[in-house]
Amino acid sequence: MTVKEMADACGWKLLAGEDGQDNQAEGCYVGDLLSWVMGRAQAGNVWLTVMGNLNAIAVAALADTSCIVLCEDAALDADAQKRADMQGIPVYSCTPNLYETAVQVYEQLK
Amino acid sequence: MSMLHLEYQVPGDDFTRAGEASGDVKHKLKKLGYEPDAIRRVAIDMYEGEINLVIHGGGGEAVVDVDPDRVDIALIDQGPGIPDVEQAMQAGWSTAPDNVRALGFGAGMGLPNMKKYTDEMTIDSTVGVGTTVKMAVIPGRK
Repeated sequence: MTVKEMADACGWKLLAGEDGQDNQAEGCYVGDLLSWVMGRAQAGNVWLTVMGNLNAIAVAALADTSCIVLCEDAALDADAQKRADMQGIPVYSCTPNLYETAVQVYEQLK
Repeated sequence: MSMLHLEYQVPGDDFTRAGEASGDVKHKLKKLGYEPDAIRRVAIDMYEGEINLVIHGGGGEAVVDVDPDRVDIALIDQGPGIPDVEQAMQAGWSTAPDNVRALGFGAGMGLPNMKKYTDEMTIDSTVGVGTTVKMAVIPGRK
């Protein structure tokens, strides 16, 4: 499924990176330590985090995650939003916490 | 002579620009039709290296040589050097300050990640002089 289909099903709000919404969602990774995520997340993963800074966008771009989901209404920095738009990396926002969101993603990917 | 030779200056203490060099290399490798897994490995290695130059090296230089069968990356700084390379290679070991950790870095995963995703890696460091990290990614390996 595309990340847009998943976002619609889970009720996530798009914050940036509209051009990348057709990316295929393949698996999921949860984490906030950027190097840890960089080393472990797989290409295509839906990445759940609370890190909405410029470096998170770089990690998503370089590690080929399909999108970023900022859980618990974590904020996306203005410069990060610009970069995500430029690079077509979808960034979504949601209110549920990381665990609850991971369960939602699991249900969708099942 | 390599097929493609690239040089980048990485400024120190500027986290907003880290990722520019690795992003550019990734883009160029894609255009060359490099295998996606090798591109991803090069991008991760280079980004970790750039972040190290920013956090620890006071900035430096990234030099990339691309050939059909391998990508060589050198990260060169004139920073403080690494007193104990073996210790620095251990996952979880970090000397990054708190402000860096708040950004999501400093987990002590940088060098271990680089090791994990490269096919060849050497670290040449002298305290007070600087550090040179050389890495090679060979498509089809790992």
